[in-house]
Amino acid sequence: MTTSTLVSLNQVSKVFANGVAALERFKLDVHSGDFISLLGPSGCGKSTALRLIAGLTGPTSGTVTWPGSSEADHRSEIGFVFQEPTLMPWANVADNVWLPLRLRGVSRQEAKGRIAESLALVGLQDFAKAYPRELSGGMKMRVSIARALSVKPRLLLMDEPFAALDEITRFKLNDDLLKLQGELNCTIVFVTHSVFESAYLSNRIAVLSPRPGRIVTEIAGAFPHERRSDFRTSLPYADLCRRVSQALTSTMKDERP
Amino acid sequence: MLRNPLKILMPLMVFIAAIGAWETYVRFAAVPPYILPAPSLIAATMKLDWPILAASLLVTLKTTLAALALAVIGGVTLAILLSLSRIVEYSLYPFAVVLQVTPIIAIAPLLLIYMPQDVAVLACAWLVAFFPILSNTMLGLQSVDRNLLELFQLYGTSSRQDWDARLESRLKALWYLRRPAALPAFLAGLRIAGGLSLIGAVVAEMAAGSAGAGSGLAYRIIESQYRLNIPRLFAALVLLALTGVTLFLVLSFLSRFLLRHWHESALPREA
Repeated sequence: MTTSTLVSLNQVSKVFANGVAALERFKLDVHSGDFISLLGPSGCGKSTALRLIAGLTGPTSGTVTWPGSSEADHRSEIGFVFQEPTLMPWANVADNVWLPLRLRGVSRQEAKGRIAESLALVGLQDFAKAYPRELSGGMKMRVSIARALSVKPRLLLMDEPFAALDEITRFKLNDDLLKLQGELNCTIVFVTHSVFESAYLSNRIAVLSPRPGRIVTEIAGAFPHERRSDFRTSLPYADLCRRVSQALTSTMKDERP
Repeated sequence: MLRNPLKILMPLMVFIAAIGAWETYVRFAAVPPYILPAPSLIAATMKLDWPILAASLLVTLKTTLAALALAVIGGVTLAILLSLSRIVEYSLYPFAVVLQVTPIIAIAPLLLIYMPQDVAVLACAWLVAFFPILSNTMLGLQSVDRNLLELFQLYGTSSRQDWDARLESRLKALWYLRRPAALPAFLAGLRIAGGLSLIGAVVAEMAAGSAGAGSGLAYRIIESQYRLNIPRLFAALVLLALTGVTLFLVLSFLSRFLLRHWHESALPREA
């Protein structure tokens, strides 16, 4: 696995127009092949960090750098999955997956193969003509992931994508996501509230302080491809969960009143 | 619709009962036709006066449909301009509100002074129908999911920062995201505007008619009132009501047809 730096956030601070400081001296290097979870309490700036990486907002101070690629290049390398599926209700599944390609001027005919491929990756190849209202919550999220995959991203940014799903669906999608990362060899930055999810998915868990967020500790986990099917019930997983939980509890104790 | 025949049967039965009661009352109480004509007499008058009434109906219908078409063109165009530019919105929207809140009956005499009569009548109907299209379309254009817009920003924005690139990305957002998102609100506005364009046409015709000109249904109503030809007045009124109902049904059908795949308002309800 290569470990070149894909994107770096260097001493990034973000203060919104209403005066709320979301991030303070935030530092993170994302390496190729990483599955990084950003874990922290609500409002600690996890999603803001993700939006900074995507270029959806700019830092107040500090820099976001992409070693070895121009702005246009790295934009085309990003896939983004939101907490909600964020699908266009008026378009069927195939057209929703087509959207990022369509916006880049790729015709439907040209995109046909890529759409089918992306849907097959998330197991929805038989639902191309369905409308979002006809799908379950888990299926909608799969469409959202397929849409992000359609651009063949080197970096997949996921903002609490499974938070609104039931546990059974979440576990299934966790496994599917790990499988996808193995197949596509992409890098993932994953925002979550869940200690267990971060410990299960990631090879790096960055624990953030309460607002303004900064990484207070980083815990190494196993690389996804090193995991076996019984990882969720194994002692190393339980130990990892305990360490992550302790780190989170410790950062919460420091919370300002 | 066939799944629930009561939806048609119930109002139909109420309508038949009301007409029956009206007919019975007029016959038994021997009410003179210049006070309250029986439904049968109104129907007979409609048949007898059909050439006059049909010509008037055509005039009113033309005004109504032309006003509605112009309201759609003007309302949608202005809504797009307002949604593309804050400066245009700040500059023009207050005037659209002023036009909306000023009673049309007060504006009509002025328009009749400054414009040829048929243009003034059309302008009145357009003024009334224009605002619901404008405000609903604007609401729809501004109701796009914020995350979808961010997705668009990520995938659809050019790395160029010049004016052309910004306009291009706004137009892309308008076409791919805002246009379909605005469709339900636009269609709701269109349904309201359909009825209002008829009301605007009638009000303007009345204003014009009282000045001694005009040949639409509203003018026929005023003329019938002056001549105490109350059965014809009722016949013209029935035609106006039928026109309004037809317009509403056609626009409702159009709305359901266009939204049939995805919008809650057009989806069949579960039993």
